[in-house]
Amino acid sequence: MATKVVMEALSPTMEEGRLVAWKKKEGEAVKAGEVIAEVETDKAVMDLVARADGVLRKILLPEGSTVPVTALVAIIGSADEDIGNIGGTAGPATASAAPPAAPAPPPSVPAVPSVPPASPVPPAPARPAASMPGDGRTRSSPLARRLAAEKGLDIAQVAGTGPGGRVIKRDIETAGTAAQPPSRPTAAFQDVPLTQIRKTIAKRLAQSIGPIPHFFLTSEIDMERAAEARTALKARGDAYAVSFNDIVIKAVALALRQHAAVNAWWMDDHIRYHGDVHVGMAVAVEDGLITPVIRFADRKGLLDIAREAKELAERARARRLKPDEYTGATFSVSNLGMFDIDEFTAVINPPEAGILAVGRIAEKPVAAGGQVTVRRMMRVTMSCDHRVIDGATGAKFLQTVKLMLENPLAMLL
Amino acid sequence: MASTFDVIIVGGGPGGYVCAIRCAQLGLTAAVVEKDKLGGVCVNVGCIPTKALLHSAAVANTLRHAADLGITTGEIKTDYGVAMKRSRRVAEANSKGAEFLMKKNKIEVFKGTGTVKPGRKVSVQAAEGTKELTASKAVVIATGSRPKDIPAIGLTFDGKTVISSTEALLRESAPKTLAIVGAGAVGTEFADVFNAFGTDVTLIEALPRVLPVEDAECSDVVAKSFKKRGIRVHAGAKIEKAQPKGGGVSLTFESGGQKQTLDVEVVLVAAGRAPNVEGLGLEAVGIALEKGFVKIDAKLQTSVPGYYAIGDVAGAPLLAHKGSREGIVCAEVIAGRPTQPIEYSNVPGATYCHPEVASVGYTEETCKELKLEYAVGRFPFSANGRARGTGETDGLVKIIRGKKYGEILGAHVVGAHATELIHELVVARANEYTVEEVELAIHAHPTMSEAVGEAALDAMGRVLHL
Repeated sequence: MATKVVMEALSPTMEEGRLVAWKKKEGEAVKAGEVIAEVETDKAVMDLVARADGVLRKILLPEGSTVPVTALVAIIGSADEDIGNIGGTAGPATASAAPPAAPAPPPSVPAVPSVPPASPVPPAPARPAASMPGDGRTRSSPLARRLAAEKGLDIAQVAGTGPGGRVIKRDIETAGTAAQPPSRPTAAFQDVPLTQIRKTIAKRLAQSIGPIPHFFLTSEIDMERAAEARTALKARGDAYAVSFNDIVIKAVALALRQHAAVNAWWMDDHIRYHGDVHVGMAVAVEDGLITPVIRFADRKGLLDIAREAKELAERARARRLKPDEYTGATFSVSNLGMFDIDEFTAVINPPEAGILAVGRIAEKPVAAGGQVTVRRMMRVTMSCDHRVIDGATGAKFLQTVKLMLENPLAMLL
Repeated sequence: MASTFDVIIVGGGPGGYVCAIRCAQLGLTAAVVEKDKLGGVCVNVGCIPTKALLHSAAVANTLRHAADLGITTGEIKTDYGVAMKRSRRVAEANSKGAEFLMKKNKIEVFKGTGTVKPGRKVSVQAAEGTKELTASKAVVIATGSRPKDIPAIGLTFDGKTVISSTEALLRESAPKTLAIVGAGAVGTEFADVFNAFGTDVTLIEALPRVLPVEDAECSDVVAKSFKKRGIRVHAGAKIEKAQPKGGGVSLTFESGGQKQTLDVEVVLVAAGRAPNVEGLGLEAVGIALEKGFVKIDAKLQTSVPGYYAIGDVAGAPLLAHKGSREGIVCAEVIAGRPTQPIEYSNVPGATYCHPEVASVGYTEETCKELKLEYAVGRFPFSANGRARGTGETDGLVKIIRGKKYGEILGAHVVGAHATELIHELVVARANEYTVEEVELAIHAHPTMSEAVGEAALDAMGRVLHL
């Protein structure tokens, strides 16, 4: 039987996709799971995979055209099967290369009340194959699957909190009410209801400046010891090369572990304090900026962070990041030191509550103990969401970051 | 003996000793402080000995109808004292079992009265002196609860004519006449037992029906069965006063709009339990109470960090299996291990009177109050082949299915073996299976469990054998 190939929602916010390139030609054999085309989403270029074995019988969408999610783009069938009537019905929908006026319908699976799902995984045409963890199965309860289908949620995109990460009812319920963040964190977290004073602070500060009431904290950090440590490491060989930014990420991650109040999201009606630390790292790309995430950064060694940061930055520039690689950060770091910027302020990436803007490292005369010496100094500025982080809270966090960078051994404590 | 442990648990009941075992499994050193016998109320004067007596009662009732089964018996005589002694042996064996489990898991047991102190310390007072213990990680309060009397209307425990379940369990003989105040699980179970042992039993309940927390349909089945066996049931009754009279008690109460007096040999008060919070040192440590129980958060921690509370002392439902689960979760929280928060609507209820009643989730009344859209599926045991074979046709399975998602909102079983039959639905609800998944499971024939499958079908409008 012929299988329709449709434009899939390859990112949580994707409504339409641009077909960049066909990886298979008409008449070529394809296997389920094999890449048949590259699709550009709102965030990245991703692979569209075949959902059935067979022959790619017909390509209905030329390269370069854009269609809404769920639109028919090709047909897979057996070599001699008649597919005339399938292509015919879908023809008009695929011919349009322009974005549709109305948003695409959500790729939901309608609930069928009296027929239980036959397989443990619900049919989910919208699940991006690339982001499937482990064996590609999403563990979920039957009730959660029904709720998800009703809400049009892709269960593979919901972080499970049941046994073994199983997606259960409460996960769907929270995923439904807090639709704002593009993805769910994989970590455990604690939601704390807003106190009245917190609500008032939030309201008044928001009225005073912009939707996020920012404030800024600047600190100058002596990077002499960090620089020495870095040079000593590098002398051992290229495998030990780490950048200053990697060291900053590590220090920030460890400081976040100590200052849970900063490792938080503003969720409009509550604050979510995360149990795990995921540091976002702003990377400039050709036409903008993306923030890949170093997950569990506090638990990773410096070399692992260095390797991962390098790899993520490369793929970010190539627009090859998967959605779960650029969402879910609990705090971010932005570094413009390589552009010789002394100091700057970065804009918070909501729902995160803070971002650290890192300037260049430069030799400066520094007075210490009555003497002027030349030290390598770096200025960092932390932007804080005042609804979540108060001045002293942010300052204490920054103090820890400073302590760790000035005494790299402190990171081992 | 060491005096410093990772975790010190005050109370060795089903909450405390299970918590200790889980601590030991997670590599923590644990000590249990117990002033009486290990196993607590449950093992010694609660769940376990009552089940032994209820079995005696069931056998007596079966033998009374043995002729119908083709078995000729002589006159059926009962002796509560003998049944009581057997129930003590059963309780003793269970308590010994708990002691063995402590040894096996290298858990130190301190016999004495525990008092909590600031700085995660617990002092243990025993006949041979006072010992001070220190917990490096946490102190767990698991002191349980005790029967509550009602002095305001003259029902003050005296151990002879006004008694609690504890004295009822230790009696050498069944009284001639007995009034039971409170028709919850404890009251109905003792009504069942003493009725079978020849006592003239009157059951008095303030709320409008017996087993008021259970689904009304289950209450009705129990009430009918009780009446058939000669147990007088006054539901929606208000006791005005109790007075000593001729070596017994005279109760004055209003039932069905009429004032009545009842003279009985013994009154068993089974109208709730009080948490054991007194003399524990809670005030000195600053541990807050809420409605008389120790106040805890979602992680079972009290208002003072490092002090946790589990089981009856930490609030409703006052059930052994709820306490045990809290003990497990508490140990995992203390050890910093991942754990699943307790979903209290998934704690099953079980009452072992005949017919038994068991439930999980919401009653139909609650579904109505919550304005949930639901459909009810029912299947009576009178239409079940296995139940006919054993002559246990009283009762039914009732499943309340959420209309939109097929969710098992509640499940109720009343009938023989209901407390065993419910667990299929407990597993289903705990794992968020919908009614559809329950029906999908093939139920062996002939079993009483088939009634569960049929009730699931009925909830979807597809019942087969009705």
